[in-house]
Amino acid sequence: MFRILQKRKLNDSMTLMVVDAPYIARKAKAGQFIILRVNEQGERIPLTVADYDREKGTVTIIYQVVGKTTMLLDRLNEGDSILDFIGPLGKPSELEGYKKAAVIGGGAGCAIAYPQAKALHAMGTKVDMIAGFRSKDIVILEDEMRAASDNLIIMTDDGSNGNQGFVTDALKKQIENGAGYDLVVAIGPLVMMRAVNNVTKPYGIKTIISMNPIMIDGTGMCGGCRLTVGGKTKFACVDGPDFDASEVDFDEAIRRSKTYFEMERAAARDYQCHLMEAANHA
Amino acid sequence: MPNMTPKKTSMPEQEPSARRNNFNEVALGYTEEMARGEATRCLHCKNQPCVKGCPVGVHIPDFIRSITAADYEGAYRTIKLTNSLPAVCGRVCPQENQCERNCVRGIRGEPVGIGRLERFAADWHLKHGEDEPFHAEPNGHKVAVVGSGPAGLTCAGDLAAMGYSVTVFEALHVAGGVLMYGIPQFRLPKEIVQKEIDALKAKGVTIETDMVIGKVLSVDELFENGFEAVFVGTGAGLPSFMNIPGEGLVGVYSANEFLTRVNLMKAYKPGYDTPIIRPKVAAVVGGGNVAMDAARTALRLGAEHVHVVYRRAEEQMPARREEVHHAKEEGIEFNLLCNPVQILGDEKGKVKAIECIRMELGEPDASGRRRPVPIEGSNFQIPVDAVVMALGNTPNPLIRTTTKGLEANSHGCIIVKDSMETTREGVYAAGDAVSGAATVILAMGGGKQAAKSIDEYIRSKSGVNRSR
Repeated sequence: MFRILQKRKLNDSMTLMVVDAPYIARKAKAGQFIILRVNEQGERIPLTVADYDREKGTVTIIYQVVGKTTMLLDRLNEGDSILDFIGPLGKPSELEGYKKAAVIGGGAGCAIAYPQAKALHAMGTKVDMIAGFRSKDIVILEDEMRAASDNLIIMTDDGSNGNQGFVTDALKKQIENGAGYDLVVAIGPLVMMRAVNNVTKPYGIKTIISMNPIMIDGTGMCGGCRLTVGGKTKFACVDGPDFDASEVDFDEAIRRSKTYFEMERAAARDYQCHLMEAANHA
Repeated sequence: MPNMTPKKTSMPEQEPSARRNNFNEVALGYTEEMARGEATRCLHCKNQPCVKGCPVGVHIPDFIRSITAADYEGAYRTIKLTNSLPAVCGRVCPQENQCERNCVRGIRGEPVGIGRLERFAADWHLKHGEDEPFHAEPNGHKVAVVGSGPAGLTCAGDLAAMGYSVTVFEALHVAGGVLMYGIPQFRLPKEIVQKEIDALKAKGVTIETDMVIGKVLSVDELFENGFEAVFVGTGAGLPSFMNIPGEGLVGVYSANEFLTRVNLMKAYKPGYDTPIIRPKVAAVVGGGNVAMDAARTALRLGAEHVHVVYRRAEEQMPARREEVHHAKEEGIEFNLLCNPVQILGDEKGKVKAIECIRMELGEPDASGRRRPVPIEGSNFQIPVDAVVMALGNTPNPLIRTTTKGLEANSHGCIIVKDSMETTREGVYAAGDAVSGAATVILAMGGGKQAAKSIDEYIRSKSGVNRSR
């Protein structure tokens, strides 16, 4: 059992949790992930490590409530425990040796993109952080992202912060204005990462993305997380989760990510109904 | 006088038409009367050829004699002397290639049903027996066991019995390894595996789940933490694919994933959150026990048709005859001498068919089996909505790539001496991590040998003489 030491709502649907996991905290590196399970009947879900504190023995996760498992997780509070918390899994990100990077986060992906920006910034790489959200009300980690970059650009789909457009619009503009990136890191929805790749490909800028496919064990056993990368089958859990975007078969990854879409939606709906019924009874 | 019936007492089973719709155990086990009847078929040969066929050296004629005398608990204790998992072995051991193959009764008829009797004794104990109070004087030495499958559990049990303080590290959230995630409920009920694990805990073995050794702690760190020897029983968990077009389609599973979703994550049980595709028509590629397990699991999830696709002939299938027989009884359709060439998908990227080519047998290959050769132009399609690849597994590289001095062969199998000692001092290994995918009982035999070697190693290192 892994105790939740801190829980903080970042916006309507995103939450940060600091979890007591000393063994994992001692080893975790940027880019790696954990797998958690909330209860005996629950699924195992992967979440990227958002931060860690080796001395305090804690691991920070940030999740967006999207399905039943994250709903169950979100019902836990400080002092409660998560049943299983396994990691650190996957390979750490390789971010050494770059001069100027654009780190791009899309929505909840900012939670993972931010520590990458922080790591690059700390190594002396110049960092432009480009973060995309639906609207300004749901912007998360603004102060943190600003501190971890030389330049923070926040884009909103609805233009509510006065900067309407997608992260790719900002990226394109930066590149065309001669930003001179030798690295782009993009973390967010698959369609966003594909779009970023489409922007950087013509310029030949090295683009690293973090994949978060369906998986069970996270140690190479199930093969459910397989992707086609450079024409070869790779397992995101052990060969990744970071990959060179220019080699990833995004169409396949997007299709595979929707394998259980209907079932997941039904499970989330049923669970919400169940909660409402319980509330009405009470 | 021995019972000279040429045939084994048959095993009561669930009817195929009923069992194909449920996950309950297929074989129901002998009654006391059946067990005594079968036990009297044993001739009690002086040279005990059956024992030589057993990887863990169960005293077979002795336990059978106890059954004849209706001393079932005595039979269980005899088995338990050398076999730490009798209820498991009585169910999943390929006895036909081991003890029963050497049985003299097999020359003119069927061998004694040793496996069925072992299962009977183990089940009788689980129902009626009591575990003997466990006494082992702690010797103050610590051993780490990595992996809680059959090799690890056996090694841990034997070391605990010698007085070692044993900690088993398991990567998943449940101990048991392949016994829990791989072998289906209808062949090996998980409650039975759990009882064996609980018995091990009662012996003082500590089990740490959620610990991925190689990631959260390295083997070196285990030594730094005071463990004097490390046993690696991490199995062969890395699934193989065919590298044919369409393996990335939605509805293509490795057997590992398909079986893990059902067995470990209980996708078949109401109340569990694990999603799984319940195919109407499924193809399972491969001819081993895992393929049979996957095919019969697909059937139980509600498939109307399940096709096994295997590139060689039936005689060459590595699966146990019994499993093939059970699968056929349940209506699994066998497409032999067929090899998949591609998997076809619909516009949404979901599997809609598997295309195969017919094969014929040519000259024998390296394995001594006649090599299947494709027949040009014989391609055909089977419409399916799921494909399960059961092509075998290779050892997981997590430990060997993070442990200095631990050498493996070109297949990724850890290299060991007969003593199960690896190329790294103090590190021992056995089971599928060493052999590549094999059987539960071979893993147990290896785990047993490793426990003995670890004991000798620690004794020699700490200057303690063997107390006998």
